[in-house]
Amino acid sequence: MRHRKYPFIVGFLIVPVALYVLLVIWPYLQTFGYSLTDWSGASQQMNFIGLRNYTTLFGDNVFVLALEHNLLLLAVLPLATILLALFFAFMLNVGGRGGTGGVQGVRGAGFYKVVFFFPQVLSVAILSVLFQGVYRTDQGGLLNGVLVELGVEDPNRPWQWLSDPNLGLWCVIGVLVWSGVGFYLVLFSAAMQSVPKDIYEAALLDGAKRGQTFFRITLPLLWETIQTAWVYLAIAAMDCFALVSTMTPGKFYGGGPDHRSEILSTLLMRNFITYGKAGYACAMGVVIFFITLILSVVALRVTRREKIEF
Amino acid sequence: MGSATEYNRRDIFKRAAAVTVLAAGSSSLLAACAAGGGGGSGTKGAAPSGSGSATNPFGVKANDPLDVVIFKGGYGDDYAKAFEEMYKKTYSGANVSHLGTQDISPKLQPRFNAGNPPDVVDDSGAQAMRLDVLEKADQLTDLSVLLDAPYLDDPSQKVRDVLLPGTIDQGTIDGKVYSLNYVYTVYGLWYSNKLFKEKGWTPPKTWDDFLALCATIKASGVAPFCHQGKYPYYANYLIMDLVAKQGGADLVKRIDALDPTAFDDPAVLAGVSAFFQIMQKDYLLPGTNGMTHTESQTAWCQGKAAFIPCGSWLENEMIKVTPADFDMAFLPVPSLAGDKMPQNAVRAGAGEPFIVPAKAKNQAGGLEFLRIMLTKEASGKFAAAANSLTVLKDGIGPDVVLKPGTKSSAQAVTAAGGNTFNYTYPDLQTAFETEMENATTDLVNSRITPQQWVARVKAATSKKV
Repeated sequence: MRHRKYPFIVGFLIVPVALYVLLVIWPYLQTFGYSLTDWSGASQQMNFIGLRNYTTLFGDNVFVLALEHNLLLLAVLPLATILLALFFAFMLNVGGRGGTGGVQGVRGAGFYKVVFFFPQVLSVAILSVLFQGVYRTDQGGLLNGVLVELGVEDPNRPWQWLSDPNLGLWCVIGVLVWSGVGFYLVLFSAAMQSVPKDIYEAALLDGAKRGQTFFRITLPLLWETIQTAWVYLAIAAMDCFALVSTMTPGKFYGGGPDHRSEILSTLLMRNFITYGKAGYACAMGVVIFFITLILSVVALRVTRREKIEF
Repeated sequence: MGSATEYNRRDIFKRAAAVTVLAAGSSSLLAACAAGGGGGSGTKGAAPSGSGSATNPFGVKANDPLDVVIFKGGYGDDYAKAFEEMYKKTYSGANVSHLGTQDISPKLQPRFNAGNPPDVVDDSGAQAMRLDVLEKADQLTDLSVLLDAPYLDDPSQKVRDVLLPGTIDQGTIDGKVYSLNYVYTVYGLWYSNKLFKEKGWTPPKTWDDFLALCATIKASGVAPFCHQGKYPYYANYLIMDLVAKQGGADLVKRIDALDPTAFDDPAVLAGVSAFFQIMQKDYLLPGTNGMTHTESQTAWCQGKAAFIPCGSWLENEMIKVTPADFDMAFLPVPSLAGDKMPQNAVRAGAGEPFIVPAKAKNQAGGLEFLRIMLTKEASGKFAAAANSLTVLKDGIGPDVVLKPGTKSSAQAVTAAGGNTFNYTYPDLQTAFETEMENATTDLVNSRITPQQWVARVKAATSKKV
């Protein structure tokens, strides 16, 4: 039987692997190739220029700035999303008062789950339109309207939100966290529900408080899920293209004011599509690829722990 | 809000719906396409450059298919379908394929790369392929052969003789003409005549009068000035018009050529400093620096602000939210002391670039399509379908009833006579224009001074795509 196993496996794998190579690996390799040329993206002419795109890249202030912004996103987005999602998931599943019913979530947990998950249902385009209404710079904006009514800000000096060089990126992060928490809450909820209730009950019997239950039981048992969430969010933080390009000011794919919410993907698109510097943009793509790859590997290595069986 | 409206705005920007100006020789709707040249079928020459007969100067073969891509924005694409019918009347065997789209770049970039671009493209909108990029990649046909071809309605004239002044310059890169800009647009400040009459305000002629009036307006509880802050090129219309009037036509040319010393001309700083007084005196509508074109123009239509800078597409763009008695009016940018141009000079010129790709299979057909577009019949069809004027001289008659804003901008152009000017850098210097907009965003927020603005924009002259 043994000798027939491999044809069987190969028979199943050949089509998906071929498709993967053709549609994923081959374009990746092409991007590497193009990044060594001065291809304009508007014709077939191109010359091999070696690593010049890469040397230009690291002397490009805007690229360095965009990289910094991506690193900021990378630090803030996963952390904020995971902490909030974990907190809510804990409260919704095991955070309720320990009454006669044993371990349970806070009252109305089912309702809250739907509410928190709701933003995940909205498409990015809708999010963008919605939050441009929220962040509008005059009193017609939701935030400015409320803040002016409350007397927090001067109606003649409304806050600029997305157009403020110091606030713009944080406004986008706010939207990303708002829309992302629901998904991870559901993910963590599912993981928590797979933890046997007797463990929690035993802890309660031993007099553990909510905080102790969370740090001693929930967190260690959820570690693998959190790790996965971290990798997903890190990859998302390296992208963020749709929201930044549609919400922030700035000519051709946003990133403004004056590059102060610029990220790698918006800069890449502007160079590729608008400026006709496709080779240069491919070099950026290669750099983003390696950063994402390294981060994923590091995240998985650093957070590796003993798996707990239950 | 949102990218969707951004595209609409650009559509309208490029398609410049309400544009206007000029009058004369109407009834063009019925004017026949006189000298079409009955048949190119006899012409053998495949070479696209002027190798044909008098009636068929480009040597179009009647049976060659024609591939047309039209930016389907504010003007729609029905007018282009009408042009295609006209083309087929002459070249009956031609199979014309038509694509109306807003996604010019996504649809055409792969085709340019693959070496099979369409034969004629209306390259407009937010997703347009940048002309300077295409030119650099040798993808554009030099249109001088078209300009020197006999004009269809009157073969004794050349095509270049029937175009409004400035049309050719608008498509010229490094001395060669690569695009035919088809729609005529006027730029300046806009106000509500009704509001001004009610309050007894007089439209200012000089910048000092303008600032004095702004003080009066502010005292009455209306914001004197608003602009489309999320897209700072509108504010640049005002800044660069002040600069142009102060420095003269020669300075406009030097700026378009990205001559860095142009920014050492005191006229530049004078213009920017004059503009900056709006910020210093706090005449902005609160929040306008972050508002989209839709938000700010709507606020302006609601009477929250008195002046707004824009092109003549404004009236058509805002037609749904403008009150019926608004009485929109155009104001040439007020003059500064020592201006080299007269007070009534206005920025006006051609927009909406049509190109013929260099690697087009039916390049001759593409050129012929452009030639047909410039007939009175086609120009009339465009005016009827898109409520806008073309760059054809005497393209529309006096019997056409114009809307108030359009009429007022038309009068301003008539009054300006030969004193119209236009910049080409917004179309042809993508990287420079982008950097200038970034600087303007900082200027309107008072994060930089006019001196710093000039220094930044001067430095940006080294930026090319």
